Amino acid sequence: MAKEFVARGADLELKQIRKEFPGFVAIDNLDLHVPAGQFFALLGPSGCGKTTSLRLVAGLETPTKGKIFIGGKDVTSTKPHERPVNTVFQSYALFPHMSVLENVAFGLRQRKIDNPLVRAKEALNLVQLPHLADRRPQQLSGGQQQRVALARALVNRPSLLLLDEPLGALDLKLRREMQIELKAIQMEVGLTFLHVTHDQEEAMDMADTVAVMNLGHIEQMGAPEALYDRPKTVFVSKFLGQSNLLVGEVTSSSANSISIEVAGNKISVPKARAEKHKGKIAIGFRPEKATFLTKKPASSASTNVIGPGVILDIRFTGTSNQYLIEVPELGNITVFAQNIGQSPVIQLGEQVWISWAIEHSFGLSDLPAKSEKA
Amino acid sequence: MAFTAFGSNNRSPSNKPRRTGKVVIALLAPGLAYLAMFFLTPLFALIMVSLETPDPAGGFAEYVPAFEFGNYANVVSEYLPHILRSFGYALAATVLALLISYPLAYFIGVKARPWPMLQKLMLTLVIAPFFISFLLRTLAWKQIFSNESWIVSSLQDLGILDQTQYVVGTPFMVIFGLTYNFIPFMTLPLYTSLERLDTRYLEAGSDLYATPAKVFRKVTLPLSMPGIISGTLLTFIPIAGDYVNASGDFLGSSSTAMIGNVIESNYLQINDYPSASALSVILMGVILVLVSVYVRKSGTEDLL
Amino acid sequence: MRFSLGKFTLPVYAVLAFIYLLIPIVYTFVFSFNNSLKTNLIWRGFTLDKWTNVCQREGVCEALSNSVMIGLISTVVATALGTMIAIALVRYRFKFRSSINLLLFLPMATPEVVLGAGLASQFFNLGVQKGIWTIIIAHIMFCLSFVVVTVKARVASLDPALEEAGRDLYANPRQVFWRITFPLLLPGIASAALLSFALSFDDFIITNFNAGSDMTFPRYVYTAAARGVPAEANVVGCAVFLLAILIVLSTQIRGEVKRRRLAKKH
Repeated sequence: MAKEFVARGADLELKQIRKEFPGFVAIDNLDLHVPAGQFFALLGPSGCGKTTSLRLVAGLETPTKGKIFIGGKDVTSTKPHERPVNTVFQSYALFPHMSVLENVAFGLRQRKIDNPLVRAKEALNLVQLPHLADRRPQQLSGGQQQRVALARALVNRPSLLLLDEPLGALDLKLRREMQIELKAIQMEVGLTFLHVTHDQEEAMDMADTVAVMNLGHIEQMGAPEALYDRPKTVFVSKFLGQSNLLVGEVTSSSANSISIEVAGNKISVPKARAEKHKGKIAIGFRPEKATFLTKKPASSASTNVIGPGVILDIRFTGTSNQYLIEVPELGNITVFAQNIGQSPVIQLGEQVWISWAIEHSFGLSDLPAKSEKA
Repeated sequence: MAFTAFGSNNRSPSNKPRRTGKVVIALLAPGLAYLAMFFLTPLFALIMVSLETPDPAGGFAEYVPAFEFGNYANVVSEYLPHILRSFGYALAATVLALLISYPLAYFIGVKARPWPMLQKLMLTLVIAPFFISFLLRTLAWKQIFSNESWIVSSLQDLGILDQTQYVVGTPFMVIFGLTYNFIPFMTLPLYTSLERLDTRYLEAGSDLYATPAKVFRKVTLPLSMPGIISGTLLTFIPIAGDYVNASGDFLGSSSTAMIGNVIESNYLQINDYPSASALSVILMGVILVLVSVYVRKSGTEDLL
Repeated sequence: MRFSLGKFTLPVYAVLAFIYLLIPIVYTFVFSFNNSLKTNLIWRGFTLDKWTNVCQREGVCEALSNSVMIGLISTVVATALGTMIAIALVRYRFKFRSSINLLLFLPMATPEVVLGAGLASQFFNLGVQKGIWTIIIAHIMFCLSFVVVTVKARVASLDPALEEAGRDLYANPRQVFWRITFPLLLPGIASAALLSFALSFDDFIITNFNAGSDMTFPRYVYTAAARGVPAEANVVGCAVFLLAILIVLSTQIRGEVKRRRLAKKH
C-alpha cells in the first residue's frame, strides 16, 4: 500500500489493453501514455469505452488482456484499495452516513495517516468549503458535493487523480466556473489528472493533452490546438468542433501539395497536412476559416474556391452567424462569420462562392460513411 | 411490503399541503375507530383484568374488578424463569437469524442484481416457508429431529449425544425452530435495504484505500442499518411472544416453556385470567421499553 | 467486481440456505403421500388416497372452509379500511399525524399473545360468545396495520402530478379517484390483500384465544398435534402452498413479460 504522500504525480501507462464484457468488447488494443503532472483528458461520446478505461485504471474492473503501469509499477492485478489512485466519481458517491469532514478524512483513516481531521480540513479549505464540514452530503448543493468529492480524493495526494465526468451533473454556468477552479487546483497540487468527459469544450479548455476515443480505441491524441487545427480522422474532425468535408480522387500532385476534383472545383491541401497522398481522400476545412463572396473570385494558388451555391439557412447565434450554403453536386457547406458589422450580411437565396486558404485544409486518413453527406 | 414497516421511509408530505376536513375524517374514521375498539380498549381491558381478584363469593375462575397490584409481584416471582427464558431465546434466535440472513440477503440484493429474474425467484424461495402452515412446518422439524430419526441416532452413534439424550424438547431445538420460522422476517427487510445499496459507495470506499473487510464495516453495514433494525424488531417481537415452538406438543418440553406458554395455559386452560393478563402486560411493557431504547440507540428515531 | 469474499462462497452459501429453508416444505409434501394410519410419523408407503379423499378425515375440510371464509371476510374489510387510511396519511396533512402513525404501528409491535389475550378479555367483559365472528374481528384488527403499510408505500411512490393532470383535464375529484388514483394503486392494494389473507389464514395464536369451539385449519393442526397430525392435514397445507406459489409466480411472470414487451418497443 502506498502510504507516503507523493510530491508530484506519477505517469500512467496502458499497454495493449482489451476489456470484454459479456456480449461485447468495450476496449480493444488500447495503448495510452499519460506523462506525470499532466492534465490529460479522455474525450469521446458515451459508450466509447472512456469510463471503462478509467475504471480499469482505478482497479474497479480487471482488463481481459494487457497491463497497467502507474509510475512504472505494474498494478494490473492489484486491488483498488492498493493503488495510489483516487477517483472523483460521476455521482460523487459521497457516503450518506458520514459528515462532509468524515468523508474527506475516510481515505486518510484507512491508510492510518496522522491527523486525518486536520488534513481533511485543509483539503476543505482548498475547495473553499471549510464552513460545511459538519453537514451531511445530502444537505449540499450539486456544486458543493462536487467540491467535497474532489477534496476527498485530493486529500490523499494520489499519484493519479481520476475524474469521471465530474462536472456532468452541474448546470452550464457552474460547470464553467468549476472548470477554471479544477484547472487551477491541478496546477497548484501538480498531480496527474486523468479526466474523462464527453464535452469537447471542457476537454479543450482544461487539458494539456486530449485523447479522442471512439469505439474502444483512441482515434487521435495531442494538444487541444493541434487536434483542432489538424484532425486526422472523420470522427475527430466532426467530434471536435464542426467540419466541412469534400471527397474526391487525387488528380494532381506537386512538390508540397495535392489536389482533388469535386464537381468541377479543384481543392488543394498541403502534403504536410494530409494523411494520404493518393487515391480517394477526404479534404476538410473549418466553417470559421472560410468566407463567402457574391462574385466569383479570381483563381489563386493559395486559396480554394467552390461554388456557386445558394444560401439555404442563416442561424443567428450571438457572436456569429452560421450560414448554410447548398452547392449543387457538392452538398451543404457551413460557414461562420463573426458579427462584426451589420448582420446578416446576406439574404436567403442569394448566390455565393466559398473560399478558404489552402493551408487551412486538412486531409483525412479515412472517408466519411456513405450516409453522411459532407 | 409490510417489512418496511419499521424502516425510516416516512417521507414527509410537506410538498402536498392539501385541504383537510371532511374527506380526511371520512377516510380515517372507520379504520381508526376499529382500532380504538378492538385494539386500544382490549389493551385497557387487559390491564383491568390483570388487577382483578378472585370472587370471594363466586366459584372457580370467577373474578371481581379490583386494583390488586400484588398480582404482578406474584407472577414475577412465580414465572421469572419463563420471562427470562423468553427473552433469552428471542435474543439467541434473533442473532442467529441475522447471521444466517445477512449473507443471503446480500447475495440476493447486491450480487444477483444483473439477473432480476433470479432475484425474484430467490425472493420467492425466501418467503416460501410462509406459504406452508406455520404449525405444519414446525411439526416437520419435530419429525426430522424426532428421537427415532437417523439424525438423532447418528448423533448418538458419533458420541455427540448420549444414548439417552434427544434433541426434541431441548432449548437448542426450540431456538432452532424459532430461528427457522422467523428467518423470512429478517431476510426481507435486509434485502430491501441492501437492494437499495448503491454499489458506487463500495467502489468509492475501496478507491479510498479501504480493504474489502473495512468497506463492509464502514460502508455496507452502516448503510444497511435500517434493514438490520427493522429485521431484528420484526423477528424479536413475535419470537418473544411465541408459544408454539416451545410447546411440549411441538419442539419444546416443560423445561423450555416460554412466557407465551404460561399465558396460554393460564388463560385458556386453568382460566387464571388475572395472572395471564398481568404476564401479557409485562411482556408488552418490556417489549415497548426494549424497542424504544433500541430504536433510540440506533438513531432511527423517525421510526415512530 | 471485487467485493466478494471469493467468487463461489456466497452462491454456495445461498444454495445451502435455500435447502435449509425448503427442508420442512419438502418433508410436508413427501408425507402428504404417506399411506399412514391415524398418525403420520413413519413412512408406510406411497399413496394418492390422502389427496383424493382429503375430506374423508373428520374435521379437516370443515376447518379449511372456516379458515377460507374467515380469511376472505377479514381481507375485504381490512383492505378497504387500510387503503382509506393509507391514502389519507400520504395525501393529506392534518394534526395528530404522528399519534395516528403510532396507533398503526403498535399492533405490529405487540406480540400476538398480548393481542389475543386482550381481545379475549374484551369479549369476556362484554359477554360476547366467542366463535367465527370474534375470530374475524380479531383478524381484521391485526391485518389492518399491515395493509396500511403496504398501500402507503404504493401511494407514496405515486406521482401527484398524475392526479393534477387528471384535474387539469376536466375530471372531478370522484373521477380522478376512480379513473386515475385507484387503478394506479391497484397493484399495492392487491398485494396488501394477499398479505392479509395469508396472515389471516395462517394465524394461530390470536385465533386460539378468540375461537371458542370453532375450528380453523391451524387450530385443527394444533389440537391434532398432541395425538398426531393426519396426512390429510399435510395435503391441505401443500395444496395451499402450491396455490400461493402459483399466484406469486404468475404475477412475477406477468410482470416480466410486460417488462420485456416494453423493452422491445423502445
